[in-house]
Amino acid sequence: MKIHEYQARGLLLQYGVPVTPFEVVSDPRAARQAAERIGGTVVVKAQVHAGGRGKAGGVKLAKDPAEAEAKANAILGMSIKGLVVKRVVIARAVDIAREYYVGIVVDRATKRPVYMVSAAGGIDIEEVARTTPEKIVKHPVDPAKGLSADEAASLASAVEARPKQAALVAAVIAKLYEAFVGVDASLAEINPLVVTPDGEVWAVDAKMNIDDNALYRHPDVEAMRDTDEETRETTLAREMGLSFVKLEGNVGCLVNGAGLAMTTMDLIKYYGGEPANFLDIGGSSSPDKVVAALDIITSDPNVRSILVNIFGGITRCDDVANGLVAALKTRPVSVPIVARLTGTNEEQAREILSEHNLVPAETMDEAVEKAVGLARRGA
Amino acid sequence: MSIFLDGDTRVCVQGITGRDGLFHTKTMLEYGTKVVCGVTPGKGGRDVEGIPVFDTVKDAVERTRADASIVFVPARFAAGAITEAADAGVKLIVAVSEGIPTIDAARVYQRVREVGARMIGPNCPGIISPGRAKLGIMPGWIHCRGEVGVVSRSGTLTYEVVDQLRRHGIGQSTVIGIGGDPIIGTNFIDTLQAFEADPETRAVVLIGEIGGTDEEDAAAFVRSSMRTPVVSFIAGRTAPADKRMGHAGAIIAGGKGTAREKIEALTAAGVPVADRPSEIPALVAAALGR
Repeated sequence: MKIHEYQARGLLLQYGVPVTPFEVVSDPRAARQAAERIGGTVVVKAQVHAGGRGKAGGVKLAKDPAEAEAKANAILGMSIKGLVVKRVVIARAVDIAREYYVGIVVDRATKRPVYMVSAAGGIDIEEVARTTPEKIVKHPVDPAKGLSADEAASLASAVEARPKQAALVAAVIAKLYEAFVGVDASLAEINPLVVTPDGEVWAVDAKMNIDDNALYRHPDVEAMRDTDEETRETTLAREMGLSFVKLEGNVGCLVNGAGLAMTTMDLIKYYGGEPANFLDIGGSSSPDKVVAALDIITSDPNVRSILVNIFGGITRCDDVANGLVAALKTRPVSVPIVARLTGTNEEQAREILSEHNLVPAETMDEAVEKAVGLARRGA
Repeated sequence: MSIFLDGDTRVCVQGITGRDGLFHTKTMLEYGTKVVCGVTPGKGGRDVEGIPVFDTVKDAVERTRADASIVFVPARFAAGAITEAADAGVKLIVAVSEGIPTIDAARVYQRVREVGARMIGPNCPGIISPGRAKLGIMPGWIHCRGEVGVVSRSGTLTYEVVDQLRRHGIGQSTVIGIGGDPIIGTNFIDTLQAFEADPETRAVVLIGEIGGTDEEDAAAFVRSSMRTPVVSFIAGRTAPADKRMGHAGAIIAGGKGTAREKIEALTAAGVPVADRPSEIPALVAAALGR
């Protein structure tokens, strides 16, 4: 789950990370008042779940409260990568002598959290990783023991030579790891971590993604979910336990299993079509899920045909067929549906569906070809 | 021969009194798997389908000599259950549970390794040695005994491929689903190594998907260390970047983990990669010299 910068700032603050003083506001007048309270030059930052906010014009300096109000007025309501800015952070601006990157992700290869620090802070770290990977120091952390003070000091000294500031950076590095584990983040980064000309150390940005699997033990973090940042369909899918990703094509997909669902998309492309979505109904075949899945697929105006691809193992084809029939009763669908249900109880499924106006198919290839053809004719 | 389990493997079902645990205990027993005990804390002393239930894995192992376990407990208790099995001396632990927090999986992985056990999964369908034993949730009837090993990060896609192999008269030595999470106990290389050492396995089907670099690592291993022919399929050619495609591990992040990179690495290692699952049986037949 993604959270906003202001939320990540709040979490890091709880763990003692020195985050620049900030407030989050949703109207220009409040921006002015926040700037007055914070004092001096401030930075006005758009709060959306998208990278590249600066490049999009969503981050501006303001030297006084009046300018903060004007900048907030310009940024609030603007659209960044299709997301409308509803809130801005007003944060104290600090002078920069040096800026670093510090971040943690779980590394699949070492199967451990990996700390990354770089003296090349403030810029796109993925770009640094691609072009000059030697500028990033990586350190896998033992997940059972955690990060020791020595490890934090060693990472800090890799970027900061001055002993006093290196100690401050090491403290941030230690606290960021505590926050990472404490809220079950899948990514936590401060970019940049700034050393001022006076020798102070400040986190001037904060990014955290939270491990979806661990949200059950962090209701306070779960409450940070901003459903404004997702579509109604995405919210419905999550609430119903469906995996759903919207795509740009016109063949809607309803599949059981993530690998099979991806393969179905790939085959649609192979046969010259474009998938409208990824949708995995998971292991359960309850009619409720099938109803929700059809609701989600048909609310996309691009969809010209729907492909149901089920391999019945533990999931029984007749259960899915009954779910489909129930769904079609509550919600008539105007586009053709190609149904390929194979595996456990496929004969019963065929019988159940035969009285309904569905296009049957035996194999995945046949089903995909038919769905692509029907979408083309309906386009 | 088969890899990781055989007809003599003695199985403990963790979470045997739950809905899934109970259902799959029945299907595993029907398949002929030697399920010798079950564990549900607080329900020791009962029996399920004639299988004795214990409060702890330690008790269960002492009394029944179970050497493998399958974990059906809910995600929030699963890490504890896997650790308990490892500490009780269980050598093969299949974690079916989906939704284990990643940091817990990292800690469990380390613990399982320290005691010298093997974890398959989490978030996996398990492992089957057709005609001998089934330690998982896959439908037994689609499998048939033979000489092709199958390893996959997926569930139903694996069933699809196995079903097509059977329809083409190609049996399997062992079929293993290694799981869809970012941190898993047994990866492609571990499995390829075991297939290479198995005299019964004469060809391997590797079914990968977007996310991570396990397929690239597998390609390097095939090139350096395998004589057994390998054919492959990679799901997610059309997956967009930075979106989790169902599996927690199936995500193209920071431009890494694309299907294209994986297909290129495998092709360069001499592994033919099917464009569609329906092309796999022919590739396998060719690899077997049929």
